[in-house]
Amino acid sequence: MTTQATEPRLDLEQNLHFYRQMAKIRAFEEQVNELYKSAKMPGLAHLYVGEEGVAVGVCEALRRDDFITSTHRGHGHCLAKGASVNRMFAELLGKEPGYCRGKGGSMHIADPETGNLGANAIVGGSAGIATGAALSAKMRGSGQVAVCFFGDGALGQGLLYEAMNMAALWKLPVIYVCENNLYGEYTPCGETIAGEILARAKAFGIHAETVDGQDVQAVNATMKRLVERARRGEGPAFVECRTYRYYGHHVGDVNRDYRTREEEKEWMSTHDPLRTLAGRLKGLVDEGTFERIETDVKAEIDTGVQYALAAPYPDAKQVDEDVYA
Amino acid sequence: MATTETAVRELTYGEAVREAIAEEMRRDPRVFLIGEDVAEAGHPFKTLVGLVQEFGTDRIIDTPISEPGYAGIGVGAAMTGMRPIVDVMFGDFITLTMDQMVNQAAKAHYMSGGKIKVPIVFRTTLGATRRSAAQHSQSLHAWVSHVPGLKVALPSGPYEAKGLMKTAIRDDSPVVIFEDKMMYRVKGPVPAEDYTIPFGVAEVKRAGTDVTIVATSSMVTVALGAAKLLDAAGISAEVIDPRTTWPLDKETLVESAKKTSRAIVVDEGYERYGVTAEIASVIADGAFYFLDAPVKRIGAMDVPVPFSPVLEDLTVPTEQSVFEAAKALCRKA
Ligand SMILES: Cc1ncc(C[n+]2csc(CCOP(=O)(O)OP(=O)(O)O)c2C)c(N)n1
Ligand SMILES: [Mg+2]
Repeated sequence: MTTQATEPRLDLEQNLHFYRQMAKIRAFEEQVNELYKSAKMPGLAHLYVGEEGVAVGVCEALRRDDFITSTHRGHGHCLAKGASVNRMFAELLGKEPGYCRGKGGSMHIADPETGNLGANAIVGGSAGIATGAALSAKMRGSGQVAVCFFGDGALGQGLLYEAMNMAALWKLPVIYVCENNLYGEYTPCGETIAGEILARAKAFGIHAETVDGQDVQAVNATMKRLVERARRGEGPAFVECRTYRYYGHHVGDVNRDYRTREEEKEWMSTHDPLRTLAGRLKGLVDEGTFERIETDVKAEIDTGVQYALAAPYPDAKQVDEDVYA
Repeated sequence: MATTETAVRELTYGEAVREAIAEEMRRDPRVFLIGEDVAEAGHPFKTLVGLVQEFGTDRIIDTPISEPGYAGIGVGAAMTGMRPIVDVMFGDFITLTMDQMVNQAAKAHYMSGGKIKVPIVFRTTLGATRRSAAQHSQSLHAWVSHVPGLKVALPSGPYEAKGLMKTAIRDDSPVVIFEDKMMYRVKGPVPAEDYTIPFGVAEVKRAGTDVTIVATSSMVTVALGAAKLLDAAGISAEVIDPRTTWPLDKETLVESAKKTSRAIVVDEGYERYGVTAEIASVIADGAFYFLDAPVKRIGAMDVPVPFSPVLEDLTVPTEQSVFEAAKALCRKA
């Protein structure tokens, strides 16, 4: 960690909080997979397991009123920004108390109260939105920062480059967080990305760096620095977070012929964000700390899923409500 | 699959699409396919499995997630001697390829005084109820049907999927073909031999005398189901599948409506300003003095497609809703 040479005890608390948040996301996603397998969840979901360090590292560097835009693989972003487990599960099951009253589902969770402007099922679809939120923050003088989450696949979308160009021209407080998990659907990113990823941002004069997305502390430290920079009016930044999704592209992608089991095992055993952090904190906490966190988190997830299963579906008359404001 | 001389061979809708593309690629070396996850992955809907093994990555081309870019590349290749099939995974993403379809492909022939040809096929999907929410469930075929210079095909079953795809690939003008994503696993008879289905020729799927139901794509099955229910209620329904929204076989639609004196148009696109509106006006114009009731339209509810199954199911026309509408139209409610 490069920044905040604070009290070690505070550091520890913060790190345990990181751990808890990551564990919550993981347990949430494992439960989503169960809901899919037991046919209790309509449609599909794209699981974030393996990538928890990115969402938590990023969102823990943000204020509650800072903005994020999320992706089809968005559950982790929402939770890390402060969404409630109960209402997320309810949304995934298409229930009335869900974040979008059942209208959005897995790929469209939005929670303006925590600055979440919405997940997006159009790859790269939020590049303009995040940049626009940053423009708005600047115009309103609110001091807010916007983070645009997107995958390596979104690097193929022209909109991203149009938006980055304007963000650089106008020094907007936006940070483009590229979650490079090495695959877009079933294609390795090496087959879809020409040249250097960072060079694309640098071509616009945007500050760009790569960080180990499996190291939540590194992600957080980097983001803290870049967020402060953006808040000071020094303009946008681009961060490539190297990461890996443990499951398939979506819950139904179980064969994963496009990558090897060895590669998966390697990431899971030596680059796991939870294990890495736990390893670093060993000796600073008593035995059983992590187990206790996991038990707590599991209870929260269990309560949430029970809540959602018992929740009512929206009333039929809601179908044509909210088309217009 | 076991085939005997007499048995009619059955394929799924997805297999029929694949067979059409494979046969055309064998027949014509200028045909190639370009899109996301179309090669090794065989497409997310598994419709293209095996093609890259036969034709190689030079002709089954995986792209980055760059719809406007590869659509434009398709247009340029089509102008210069190739016959590309541009794969747009979900119909919702034609919003991204619109400029290339509408301002480039559709207009090049006309703007060049007939000198440039753009023999390109945009292959994409329509259809809701897959619980995929608002950005993966739309049926946007009306958008392109609106544009002079584009042809639009809507296969309603496996037989149509093969025949219309072949016609599309052989056409010298840009064609947008919308496959019903909910139908990929539906089986039906598909001839093994080469055949095409002419554009602009509707098919009478079922003859009847009391009411004409014009239905497109996914709605043909719905209309046929409704026709059965109507039969039991003593109403004889004629079901017609236009197969292409442009060119449109106005004559068959009008003649049927003249015969039955009542017509309903069912389409999964949005009802307002949609395909149903165009077809209803064609019928109203052509059969006015023969009609006993205004032409009834049934489309998707005018809302973004909701995720929750209890809401999503309300937004699409169903056998029951078509049945009720037909009964009311025939005053037998
Ligand atoms: C514009 C657009 N094109 C294609 C798709 C289909 N699609 C959904 S997710 C995905 C892959 C995205 O890859 P990446 O951005 O790397 O995110 P990851 O799934 O790896 O998290 C694709 C092609 C889409 N949703 N939107
Ligand atoms: Mg990716």
